[in-house]
Amino acid sequence: MKKILSKAFTADQDIEKLIGYLLRYGVITASLIVFIGGLIYLHQYQHNGVPAYHTFVGEQAGYTTISEIFSGVGSFNAKGIIQLGVLVLIATPILRIFFSLIGFILEKDRLYILITFVVLSVMLFSIFGGLKV
Amino acid sequence: MTIITFTLILLAGAYLAGLVGSLTGLGGGVVVIPLLTLVFHVDIRYAIGAALLASIANSSGAASAYIKEGITNIRLGMFLEIATTVGAVGGAIIAVYTPTNTIAILFGAILLFSAAMTLRKKNMEALTEGSTLSYKLKLNSSYPTKDGEVEYKLKNVGAGFSIMTLAGVLSGLLGIGSGALKVLAMDSAMHIPFKVSTTTSNFMIGVTAAASAVVYLQRGYMDPGIAFPVMLGVLGGAFTGSKLLTRMDPKVLKYIFCVAITFVAAEMIFNGYNHKF
Repeated sequence: MKKILSKAFTADQDIEKLIGYLLRYGVITASLIVFIGGLIYLHQYQHNGVPAYHTFVGEQAGYTTISEIFSGVGSFNAKGIIQLGVLVLIATPILRIFFSLIGFILEKDRLYILITFVVLSVMLFSIFGGLKV
Repeated sequence: MTIITFTLILLAGAYLAGLVGSLTGLGGGVVVIPLLTLVFHVDIRYAIGAALLASIANSSGAASAYIKEGITNIRLGMFLEIATTVGAVGGAIIAVYTPTNTIAILFGAILLFSAAMTLRKKNMEALTEGSTLSYKLKLNSSYPTKDGEVEYKLKNVGAGFSIMTLAGVLSGLLGIGSGALKVLAMDSAMHIPFKVSTTTSNFMIGVTAAASAVVYLQRGYMDPGIAFPVMLGVLGGAFTGSKLLTRMDPKVLKYIFCVAITFVAAEMIFNGYNHKF
């Protein structure tokens, strides 16, 4: 039984290892970006007082959309760079689902291709579904 | 207070939150919210944004190690993620219509429940006979132990799926990983061995948190000035915690922290009740 399964099993194991690496490097990359952005943030804002965090500003604070974040990074704005790290961090588990989908396609596991596709669709709906209000 | 002092204190606090979260098994996110709201008087919405980031960082950081050991049940995780992501998106939608004081009270209640859950008896037994659905969905698997591979089967798939949906809603609403509820679903309802349910739950937390995090990012819950020290601090604390865990059994520490967390939860409920959020 195990011998027949072994070929599919290795493919499965390989993709799992890949996912493991992806998650780890995703977190490391995000932390590095946030760290660099953080240092610049402390430098750029060192003479400012602590923002009034007890009142919620929300969207008006900026850097809440991908285009805003990238233009912030382009102009070397610290907040933009930190938010880019945040974006990488959030993207890591989403990419993970995508890789799982590829894994299940390689294994020709129809049921799990469908299940993974449903999860990915929920994610995409959450990103592009205009749920922010 | 200058911005540098604030950042350094927050960094130290987040480090401690990551350490406590890792040693108790509650996760860093759950400790970040009371830290930010009760100690730093930050609006609970910013705290929720930061806690979600802490949960994702913790989950992704730890999951890579568990997958390598082959304990995580990826199929089970993926199947249950349908429930948690749909729940999380729902929770993020409800959040807009929920007063912050109600969120604080609910958070305190979940915190109490989570602290109690860490002290319960753990399921070590592996079932030898699973339910029909567990075979159809290919959820039964095996995991490595000291005595070699152990096969396990599971049951009550429907009940587990329902509890997972609730875990997802709470995760989206409160910005936490809902690890305790996830383990309850897998451990108590589906009878999965404890090691598999904790690692699979941890693996799922990142995806669940990301589902609502994208909504909260667009709503401006994630402030760079808070996100930066919280993310780095919690990750550092969780890393130290995982190193400590391999060298000692923090049973006494766990009890002390659980008592401390009970007081924190009471404070959150009290303040929420008195409309202080």
